[in-house]
Amino acid sequence: MSKFYNCISAAAAGVVSLALALPAAAAPIKFDFWFGLSGDLERVVQTMCTNFNNSQTDYQVVCTSQGNYDAALQNTIAAFRAGKQPAIVQVYDVGTATMMLSGAYYPVGKLMSENGYKIDWNDYFPGIARYYATSKGELLSFPFNSSTALLYWNKDAFAKIGKTAAPKTWEEAADDMKALKGAGYDCPMAINISANESWQLMEQFSAIHNEPVATQNNGYDGLDARLTVNKTKFVKYVTDLKSWYDAGLIKIKSKDLGQDMVQAFASGDCQMIMTSVGDHGTVGKTQKAGMNWDVAELPVYAGTERKNSLVGGASLWVLSGKSADEYKGAAAFLNFIHDPKTALFWSTNTGYIPVTKSGFDFMKSSGFYDKAPYKGREVAIASLTASEPTPITRGVRLGNFTQIRAEFGNQMQAIFANKVSVQEGIDNLVKNGNAVLERFEATYKGKQLP
Amino acid sequence: MEKRTTFSKWSVGILFAVPQLLLIFTFFYWPAGQAIFWSLTLQQPWGGGNIWVGLDNFKSILANPDYWNSVTISIIFAAISTSLSMGVALVLAALTDRQLRGSKFYSVVLIWPYGIAAPASAMAFRFILAPEAGFMSIVNHYWPGLWDPGLNGADAMATIIAAFSWKYIGYSFIFFLAAFQAIPRSLIEAAAMDGSGVIRRFWDIQFPLITPTIFFLLVINITESFQDSFGIVDIMTAGGPHNSTNLMVYKIYSDGFKGLDFSGAAAQSIILMLLIIVLTIFQFRFIERRVHYR
Repeated sequence: MSKFYNCISAAAAGVVSLALALPAAAAPIKFDFWFGLSGDLERVVQTMCTNFNNSQTDYQVVCTSQGNYDAALQNTIAAFRAGKQPAIVQVYDVGTATMMLSGAYYPVGKLMSENGYKIDWNDYFPGIARYYATSKGELLSFPFNSSTALLYWNKDAFAKIGKTAAPKTWEEAADDMKALKGAGYDCPMAINISANESWQLMEQFSAIHNEPVATQNNGYDGLDARLTVNKTKFVKYVTDLKSWYDAGLIKIKSKDLGQDMVQAFASGDCQMIMTSVGDHGTVGKTQKAGMNWDVAELPVYAGTERKNSLVGGASLWVLSGKSADEYKGAAAFLNFIHDPKTALFWSTNTGYIPVTKSGFDFMKSSGFYDKAPYKGREVAIASLTASEPTPITRGVRLGNFTQIRAEFGNQMQAIFANKVSVQEGIDNLVKNGNAVLERFEATYKGKQLP
Repeated sequence: MEKRTTFSKWSVGILFAVPQLLLIFTFFYWPAGQAIFWSLTLQQPWGGGNIWVGLDNFKSILANPDYWNSVTISIIFAAISTSLSMGVALVLAALTDRQLRGSKFYSVVLIWPYGIAAPASAMAFRFILAPEAGFMSIVNHYWPGLWDPGLNGADAMATIIAAFSWKYIGYSFIFFLAAFQAIPRSLIEAAAMDGSGVIRRFWDIQFPLITPTIFFLLVINITESFQDSFGIVDIMTAGGPHNSTNLMVYKIYSDGFKGLDFSGAAAQSIILMLLIIVLTIFQFRFIERRVHYR
């Protein structure tokens, strides 16, 4: 009896242990990916995650939107301090300096090579890769959703003033705006002057004119960098924008006022805007029926030798303190994103540009850029690769840049509300922005950018 | 023989107070202590380390004109929104209390706004007060550019005051109505028979009897206008234009969470806490003397 019982229980134990062992061997390794995109873009990311999970059985990525870029970074910092960070997080361009000094990441270059993936980093567009690399060229985060600023122009309105091309210089743009006004268009150009537009008005403008935003090669060479925009062509640019605004050639459009720039352009109310190529899809989907429009590179002042524009968007950071298995999964996921077919899927559905030359070539050869609604997006690549990046057009790497952008918004609003003169406002921006930089330098005393 | 468990009174007291003390410690003293520590250091956001700087954070904040701007506008905001919400609530409560037709209906309707989350009411007001699309577009239609919260600081301030006061009208209204209804009818009827009018009866009888409620609401409203306004600011103006609505509590939020300057935000929180403590003491010392408790 007891023998029989032992036999049964042993068999039962064997079955149980087998049952436990089997799914354990087959269960995929799970890891977390937090990102900042929401709405339509969130759905595209989730589809991409599902595609990855279906493409193999070893790993399973759990993708969670944090609502926006700010929240993604804030939540990740809180999670990191509590030891519960995700394996991968999407961080926006301006968070790069903060991330680099955090000591909380696993360099992606190292991650990929240690896990046996050979990625040709030279395949990345230099303007994109250098934004996320150390001064020696080691890539720290994985370029993901990249964009740059473009001039969107209404072809129908320009036809009324006898033009078939977008203005290439600001001098030409000024004449076009006057002509458009004369032809009865109430809003030749729309801009906004909140913190976010620092990107196109200050950073992109400075890059394509090869003018520094800050000393130390825009912060790449040290934490002691300080703002210099009160001594560059940027002052003339703001002076011109303000005079065009006063003359009624430029209107301020923002969501707070009921209609943002992109809506103002898509509805045909305003004839030119400067915004991200990431909005290309939105304009196409929401435009007034039958409206003809196109995109062009941002204008430069006459006599300027145009340089490459800056990359915007975000990159993927792999965080430190995770298990070797999770890193294997993270590497497999990044490799999947790197695939040209994923790049095509991603760019088709979002408007973001491919980040590698091979991805771009793949999309070009598949005829992506030949027809509406995607035609025109190749201009972004042309703008990003207009020149080999100079020490100034590699990017802007300043600490707590979010606060500097906030200061940009404040001072632009003060200038446009006639509270201060243009020079005074930009001097204030430099003074207050430098206080932010000094604070950042003091917080990371003794540390250096990698 | 009767068995009796005896405690010394002191230890029993402590025993019963422990859960409460624990809660207060966890949710108030511990974070407050943490904030004080942070305010005296420079904190690296990712927790890599911190540098002791003593009172440097306070010095740099107090030397910053933008900070004084935010103190000034916070006080203006508190003064206007408190008097507006309490004033309107008082009038509405007095009218409702006079048993006009449908007063039950009004009392329910007027209480509702308080139940609506601040971001939701901010969204509603953002639409109502948008210069080109909302209700105020009528104003701009006749006087172009008159209403421009996107560039005009005073207009922006008016929008957040409107949204904030609207919410607290409902809150104050509940208390005022309760206070009015607690006044014995016979007092008012007696005064009416003596020939005093509505206004006279209000000032001589009702108003003195509701002063405890007024005082209570004053303390609450002022405190809340310093602390609870940040959701509305974030949605309606984000502190702009040109810092004209960057209230102290919003500056703490944006410096700390958006700017990742934990130490600077902690120091500002300490200053705000001290300011509210001082204001509350002031109210109890000087205003409470004029309150008639029954």
